[in-house]
Amino acid sequence: MPPPPQFPFHNLQELRHSASLATKVFIQRDYSEGTVCRFQTKFPSELDSRIERTLLEDTVKTLNTYYAEAEKMGGQSYMEGCLACATAYIIFLCMETHYEKVLKKISGYIQEQNEKIYAPRGLLLTDPIERGMRVMEVSVFEDRGSSGSSLSSSATSGGSAQR
Amino acid sequence: MLHLGVAEPMRDCEYSQISTRSSTPMETPFKKRTPKRRKWQAFPGRNKFYCDGRIMMARQTGVFYLTLVLILVTSGLFFSFDCPFLSVKLTPAIPVIGGVLFVFVLGTLFRTSFSDPGVLPRATPDEAADLEKQITNCSSSGYRPPPRTKEVVINGQTVKLKYCFTCKIFRPPRASHCSLCDNCVDRFDHHCPWVGNCVGKRNYRFFYLFILSLSFLTIFIFAFVITHVILRSHQEGFLSALKNSPASVLEVVVCFFSVWSIVGLSGFHTYLISSNQTTNEDIKGSWSSKRGKDNYNPYSYGNIFTNCCAALCGPLPPSLINRRGFVESDTSQPTPPTNGITMYGSTQSQSHMAAATPLMQTETVILTNEGSLPGRTSLGGPCSGALPLGGQPTPPTSNPNLSSDSDMLPLRKDHIDGLHHHHTDGGHHPFLTPEEAPSPPGMLPCGSPVGHSHTVQGFYNPASQDSLHEDSVRGLVKLSSV
Repeated sequence: MPPPPQFPFHNLQELRHSASLATKVFIQRDYSEGTVCRFQTKFPSELDSRIERTLLEDTVKTLNTYYAEAEKMGGQSYMEGCLACATAYIIFLCMETHYEKVLKKISGYIQEQNEKIYAPRGLLLTDPIERGMRVMEVSVFEDRGSSGSSLSSSATSGGSAQR
Repeated sequence: MLHLGVAEPMRDCEYSQISTRSSTPMETPFKKRTPKRRKWQAFPGRNKFYCDGRIMMARQTGVFYLTLVLILVTSGLFFSFDCPFLSVKLTPAIPVIGGVLFVFVLGTLFRTSFSDPGVLPRATPDEAADLEKQITNCSSSGYRPPPRTKEVVINGQTVKLKYCFTCKIFRPPRASHCSLCDNCVDRFDHHCPWVGNCVGKRNYRFFYLFILSLSFLTIFIFAFVITHVILRSHQEGFLSALKNSPASVLEVVVCFFSVWSIVGLSGFHTYLISSNQTTNEDIKGSWSSKRGKDNYNPYSYGNIFTNCCAALCGPLPPSLINRRGFVESDTSQPTPPTNGITMYGSTQSQSHMAAATPLMQTETVILTNEGSLPGRTSLGGPCSGALPLGGQPTPPTSNPNLSSDSDMLPLRKDHIDGLHHHHTDGGHHPFLTPEEAPSPPGMLPCGSPVGHSHTVQGFYNPASQDSLHEDSVRGLVKLSSV
């Protein structure tokens, strides 16, 4: 696992074990450009104290470009569509669609962002595909400050600290 | 207690033998305490699933079978009775082309009927609560605010987004709720009983190709059957020709009546595609110029060619509902249906029951294994940190939201295979039913951190509490399976 940053959360799993979920903030879809997948870049006020505005906006903007790339209608997607039609869509059994490839890139990006930027601040981004592309869920954790190095102690202390 | 612990592995073997899923009678005892359920088994809509979630259809499939029978019978008769004559008399290319069309028709039909039309998954309890909070903040107080709409400007046109009370989401533009399937479907076109499924974003192109190829096939068969009869009647006389190929009469009748409707439908959908509208929008006249001078379709790309390419060859988005994934304790469950209980609806009750049993048995196991947390406890489950407090078992509390237990018992029988006590089900369950289970004292304060956001309306409390309980119960079950 990566070396511990300045905050006590060494990795995402430790974040989940030792912190309690305070609230969830939802970034909604932006439909001003039609049905294309875009998320609002408006910064939610609940996160003001937790993260710098620019960081979150950058993440959302990058994700929006990824989604735009996935849904882009250009030569490649037409080729793929025609080829698939010609093979009676059997080709999708062996081949991944362009959209699916981009979605994989997106989940890798979100994982990386979580580890580098959000987990150290006690936040966690959920991949929008797990929420039906409706929202981007940001889980806000409260650090109870009791997290030790061992998982078992964090579990029991988590249990007792809950009360 | 110890007795239970020792008897456990034995019992597992017994149950594995009875379970229809396991192939080996002596499966390792600690392999799987609870059978992992796939997400399609917990799907809240009114759909039917086959092949372990690979195939998805609407509930009423009778008309689909009629379509299939008509196509198969007519084509079968054509290939058996008319083609031999025609391939000899005219050209063998006729059955070949007919065969290609036939295969294409069936392929697109199956693709349309069996795939996910673009169902939007229902909101998780947290999302629903967050939306409720936003809405009640904006509007004045009252038990039920007026129909909730959000306005958004798309390419210069004002579009109203409606709130779906069943799915608890604001529907994206062009999405609509299908009352037959009880789902919100993205870019909803219509519900087609002939294909036994909704037609939406993900299967519209297959539907269009189906009706297009079916029109060609119908016209093809119609034309060549007539040709066959005419050629034969040159040889034998009209009546004799009809007597010698009786199938031709049936085919002509079927094709004649189908041609009008199917060709008409293809034409209509060609128009819709070229103007980038859905059947829904066209029927309502959403973008008709009769509504206003400035009314235009904001989704159209401006020219027919681009519209057609976009509809037919554009990128195919993947399914949002992940039918074959496993139901995990981490992710919060979507809100249960409020309209009666279907097989897939009473997820929480079933899973509570499913989870409760091993908990009862493995109480000791939980206590001793408390330390070794598996790495996968929840991210969204707020109670994952709250392990058995004082070592009490944590069965679920009764669910006022869902139906009575009398409904749950027979359902339990169907869905919990491989679980303990399966074979002793005589309608009598030796473990605690929800009413008997003590309300676990540890759970309620655990619920409070997230609970505060759920207390906006009492309506949400049971659902969120249930999901919290379920999450924690599941988390505990995972522990015990270490």
